[in-house]
Amino acid sequence: MRNKLIYWLIWVSVLGGILLGISIFSLSVGSAGIPVNQIIPLILEGKGTTEYSILFDIRLPRIILGFAVGGALSLSGVILQGMFRNPLVEPYTLGISGGAALGVCLNIIFHLYQTLGISTLPISGFLGAILVILLVYSLSIRKGILKIQGLLLTGVMISFISSSLIMFIMAISRTEDIHGIIFWIMGSLEETNWLLIKLAALISISGLFISYKFSIQLNALSLGEEEALHLGVNVERTKKILFVLASLLTGCSVSVAGIIGFVGLVVPHFLRIFAGSDHRILLICSFLSGASFLIICDTLARTIISPIELPVGVITGILGGCLFVYALSKRA
Amino acid sequence: MLELINLTCGYNSKFLLKDINIKVEKGELIGIIGPNGSGKTTLLRAITRVIKPEKGKILFEKKNIEKFSFKELAKKIAVVSQISTANVMTVEEFVLLGRIPHRRRLQFLETKLDEEIAHRAMDLTGTFNLKERFFGDLSAGEKQLVVIARSLAQEPELLLLDEPTSHLDIAHQVKILDLIKRLNKNGLTVIIVLHELNLASQYCNRLILLNNGTLHKCGSPSEVLTYQIIEEVYKTIVVVRENPISSKPYVFLVSEEERQKKGEMC
Repeated sequence: MRNKLIYWLIWVSVLGGILLGISIFSLSVGSAGIPVNQIIPLILEGKGTTEYSILFDIRLPRIILGFAVGGALSLSGVILQGMFRNPLVEPYTLGISGGAALGVCLNIIFHLYQTLGISTLPISGFLGAILVILLVYSLSIRKGILKIQGLLLTGVMISFISSSLIMFIMAISRTEDIHGIIFWIMGSLEETNWLLIKLAALISISGLFISYKFSIQLNALSLGEEEALHLGVNVERTKKILFVLASLLTGCSVSVAGIIGFVGLVVPHFLRIFAGSDHRILLICSFLSGASFLIICDTLARTIISPIELPVGVITGILGGCLFVYALSKRA
Repeated sequence: MLELINLTCGYNSKFLLKDINIKVEKGELIGIIGPNGSGKTTLLRAITRVIKPEKGKILFEKKNIEKFSFKELAKKIAVVSQISTANVMTVEEFVLLGRIPHRRRLQFLETKLDEEIAHRAMDLTGTFNLKERFFGDLSAGEKQLVVIARSLAQEPELLLLDEPTSHLDIAHQVKILDLIKRLNKNGLTVIIVLHELNLASQYCNRLILLNNGTLHKCGSPSEVLTYQIIEEVYKTIVVVRENPISSKPYVFLVSEEERQKKGEMC
């Protein structure tokens, strides 16, 4: 057991180191390059300079949000894949992103954000997500038992319904609204509201802690629900809590950063291949790698053809997809 | 030790088991037999609380099993299911999962004791040499032994097995049932669902024959496995003779062709 602990600690420290390295790299690159060795003096005594404000007002918020959203999406992916015992499930499969997008769309075409303030966008996204979660949950529960397969099918159907509704809304709305909708759906880590960023980070870190209370149950669930029950796991309670946890993590991420695909699908997959399928190590590793992955993708998105910024979803899709296909072909 | 009183249960209010009364004493090795769909697996699932009884109750050590938490119950009753899913987990990790019910709150790693118990279970089942292998790469017989090792790591008082010998060759069938017999001799109470009547006859002290969800006959192998009872329940012509070595009943099947030939001769 000691060996296992040491092995796990190595994994966590390597991934933590990578995350730190990527964050520092991301701080230093951009349209105004700031050399890495100048970052620390700038933080200590550079208050008031333009470099200082670039670091703290433009780059740092993106990094923290990338950390929060990337971590939350990967964590949610690990939990759902473990719970459903299906490697193709990802946070967006359950229709949560569709609900959030629909909420934001309605907000945009009714111009609520113009009258009530820009911060109603994430709020309406979150309300949409919560609504879908409640809907999927209540449709899949029968006699107090949460039917896993029903959950999946209902989620996929709700995804379809909400994307059709979004198309309908786009078809009848004006051009400038369509632009806003598309911009939001593509997803971005640009967010100026510090409170929202801190909240996202807090939620995703608490999500990590809560998920650890269920790491053993997730291991047992990988054998199937009935076998987990035989091992003394209260399967119904565990499924319900994990579903709500994963949904909330996804809902928060989507409502702050829009729909950033692929992180929640690819990262858990990769880590399962490399770090093993024991959730005691898989949860934290996925969280850290998801955070690193999204931060590096965002850095690429804003530097690759600067000053134009690409949607980060483009990078996560291309990079993630290619890495994934490569890893699968290597393995076979 | 285990008592089923007027147990009636099923899926979606369709009753599969009707009014079952069974009493299991400590140290018994009981076989449950019966045709497909007669409710054998359902009976086990009721005992493990996968499905709830509609009527009647199940007592474990004189206490209703619904009064136990899942965890408490898993410390006392272990199950070897029909299908154990393959996944990317080493045999040792798989067997250690059997220690889950014994974990304390906030315990993160397995303790030395957990490891010792898991190793002992692997020794007992002869799977210790497989411990670094992946569960998914094992043969069906090895998998079954590893699943039994996991259930032993739970340190149960009652072991339930659901057709542990199906899909196995005769060598593995005998190996697994010999192991179960040995465990039973050391004080473990065992309830085992078996398809193969002759194995049931050979190994079990007592047989419970289910038919259409009701208890058809309960008793020693020679009381249950008579040709009249088997022909009535299975609707198949058989011949029952005594095994020359164990003097337990042995069921012979006869093909239609042979039956007709015999008929012509008479």
